[in-house]
Amino acid sequence: MSERIEVRKTYKLYVGGKFPRSESGRTYAVTDGRGHFVANAAKASRKDARDAVVAARGAFAGWSAATAYNRGQVLYRVAEVMEGRAAQFAEEVAAGEGLSAARARAAVDAAVDRWVWYAGWTDKLAAVLGGTNPVAGPYFDFSVPEPSGVVAVLAPQRSSLLGLVSVLAPVLATGCTAVVVSSYQRPLPAITLSEVLATSDVPGGVANLLTGDAAEIGPWLAEHADVDGIDLTGAGTAAMELERSAAGTLKRVLRAPGEEPDWAADPGLSRMTPFLETKTVWHPIGV
Amino acid sequence: MTVFEYAPAPESRSIVTLRSHYGLFVDGEFTDGGGAPLKTVNPATEEVLGEVAVGTDADVDRAVRAARKAFTRVWGPMRPADRGKYLFRIARLLQERAREFAVLETLDNGKPITESRDVDVPLAAAHFFYHAGWADKLEHVGLGPAPRPLGVAGQVIPWNFPLLMLAWKVAPALAAGNTVVLKPAETTPLTALLFAEVCQQADLPPGVVNIVTGAGDTGRAVVEHADVDKVAFTGSTEVGKQIARSVAGTRKVLTLELGGKAANIVFDDAPVDQAVEGIVRGIFFNQGHVCCAGSRLLVQESVHDEVIASLQRRIGTLRVGDPLDKNTDVGAINSPEQLARIRELVGIGEAEGAHAWQPEGELPGRGYWFKPTVFTDVTPAHRIARDEVFGPVLSVLTFRTPDEAVAKANNTTYGLSAGIWSEKGSRILAVADQLRAGVVWANTFNQFDPTSPFGGYKQSGYGREGGRTGLRAYLKES
Repeated sequence: MSERIEVRKTYKLYVGGKFPRSESGRTYAVTDGRGHFVANAAKASRKDARDAVVAARGAFAGWSAATAYNRGQVLYRVAEVMEGRAAQFAEEVAAGEGLSAARARAAVDAAVDRWVWYAGWTDKLAAVLGGTNPVAGPYFDFSVPEPSGVVAVLAPQRSSLLGLVSVLAPVLATGCTAVVVSSYQRPLPAITLSEVLATSDVPGGVANLLTGDAAEIGPWLAEHADVDGIDLTGAGTAAMELERSAAGTLKRVLRAPGEEPDWAADPGLSRMTPFLETKTVWHPIGV
Repeated sequence: MTVFEYAPAPESRSIVTLRSHYGLFVDGEFTDGGGAPLKTVNPATEEVLGEVAVGTDADVDRAVRAARKAFTRVWGPMRPADRGKYLFRIARLLQERAREFAVLETLDNGKPITESRDVDVPLAAAHFFYHAGWADKLEHVGLGPAPRPLGVAGQVIPWNFPLLMLAWKVAPALAAGNTVVLKPAETTPLTALLFAEVCQQADLPPGVVNIVTGAGDTGRAVVEHADVDKVAFTGSTEVGKQIARSVAGTRKVLTLELGGKAANIVFDDAPVDQAVEGIVRGIFFNQGHVCCAGSRLLVQESVHDEVIASLQRRIGTLRVGDPLDKNTDVGAINSPEQLARIRELVGIGEAEGAHAWQPEGELPGRGYWFKPTVFTDVTPAHRIARDEVFGPVLSVLTFRTPDEAVAKANNTTYGLSAGIWSEKGSRILAVADQLRAGVVWANTFNQFDPTSPFGGYKQSGYGREGGRTGLRAYLKES
């Protein structure tokens, strides 16, 4: 009996809820930890990045206005759908990061749990970060956290799934929309994650994932006038130049850590507060 | 009808002792600066109030070293409750010497004495009192059980609320355990230097607060000093961008409070008299030298004529003149440079086809003055609808629906503040929710309080001042 020929996947970008190829027509070969060819990934261009920003901006009004309860359920749904594809993720992580099957599976489990953790944050942020302010006068005064807008995320280069989820989930939990540039050498879990997002009630455009080179696309995102914040985690040596560029439009900047952190650690609020504004509302009290 | 004229009611300036020369305040002492001194002028009379030292790079370095030493040896290790006690002392001293500060502020800045007396100085004292109480409760700010101060804070403040902006910067920095090098504005250094005397009277340890006067170069030296851990700046968006660029790639933590072009939205159900008072307070408070000024009036089309007629009638009663007179509503423009900027933008507004209106009345012969001005027939594309004038100039636009009001209000690169005037609660909350601005005043305007976070969205900067949120900008998780 002849062995079945498997059906291989075409890895594409994820922009506006759809899976386009790069408009540039470019791809690059992705190899596993031992250097063997795995797939051709789309190599996103400047134009793809701009298209992704347009999609993210378009999705912002709806996502930021969704109730916190709704956003929480959507993020929890991502965890549910991801759990069902855990084996596929583990295979990709093991191949891409050169991990043992057990350690790859642990990374996948942690990534699923991270979605659950952030899903639970959406309707707590306002109470933890906001509140009423006892001003010295006859006014009712309260402060609430609100999402900054469109956030560009340069995902970590090494941790291709847990690291990716750890930088994307907090941005979505705040109510921001995201344009993510994946790890360059380990992009495949990002695209598989896109397939999860596309089937998890995350509205199209809320999360956009580009495979490609952060060094190439990062500068365009850093200076893009319709991007409100940028996470430089995966920027590497370009981080300082990108921060300078982001200053031109006063983007909120989450700086890159000296080296890639232990993504298994409890992140606290540190990845959400950089992309939250505080709005304070005053109204007189009187009869 | 008989019109009663106001008799002059000037506040005495005898409570203030001006000195011919003012030094820098470094390591607890007044010292000379290396730069050529600058003269600070009373903008209402053009009288030179005194010569003020100008800090050079070397002076700034001396100040940062003093601040570092104080941070390492004294202020950092001090019991938090004791730090708080120093801040309580400062708050009380500001209250004790409130009238002196108010008169000096009005002399140096040109703002009406009623504002310096009733707003600037009491709020400055309140900021110290509020933050004093935080000093031994930092584990409750939300940064874990033992948050740590950042170190030396380099702070650069503007000329529109000289003492109040000092308080917004210095009080949270010290409460969190940082030490400070502060650069006051070039045209309004005097109350900061009087504050230095308050620090001496409070026996604040030397080096905890250092005040280095000067102009842009001195500010740049503070911001760019390699041993500064935290930079806080209030001023123009243009300079804010330069600062953000200069701290890129460093460890410095940055907060910026920058320009604005706030929409003040008046719906057709708003009580017109109240709204008019709010419009006046929104744009003519402090001569419009307010980053959060309600400089774009958005009026619902159906009440436009009524609101504008009432507004013009009210503006006609505003008294523009001697800032020390307790009857004065609108004082002097702070500097000839700012006056030129206002004149330029008003000229552009007229050239672009908007219609300018000013009340009748004479302006004083000496000093820097500009009449309250209202532009009607303004479109969103006009420069006066987009650029921050930072003066007593109001641009009036109209809208038909709440959606249009929100769209026009948000159609700006800024996002500092906004106003809503309506009797309908659900509409106020819905509109407040959609406005992309850090502070929304509903049926009021230009209210401030140390417990209430203040700061902008978009290119109005980032970070907040006031409240727990503001304090967090001076701490890190341990």
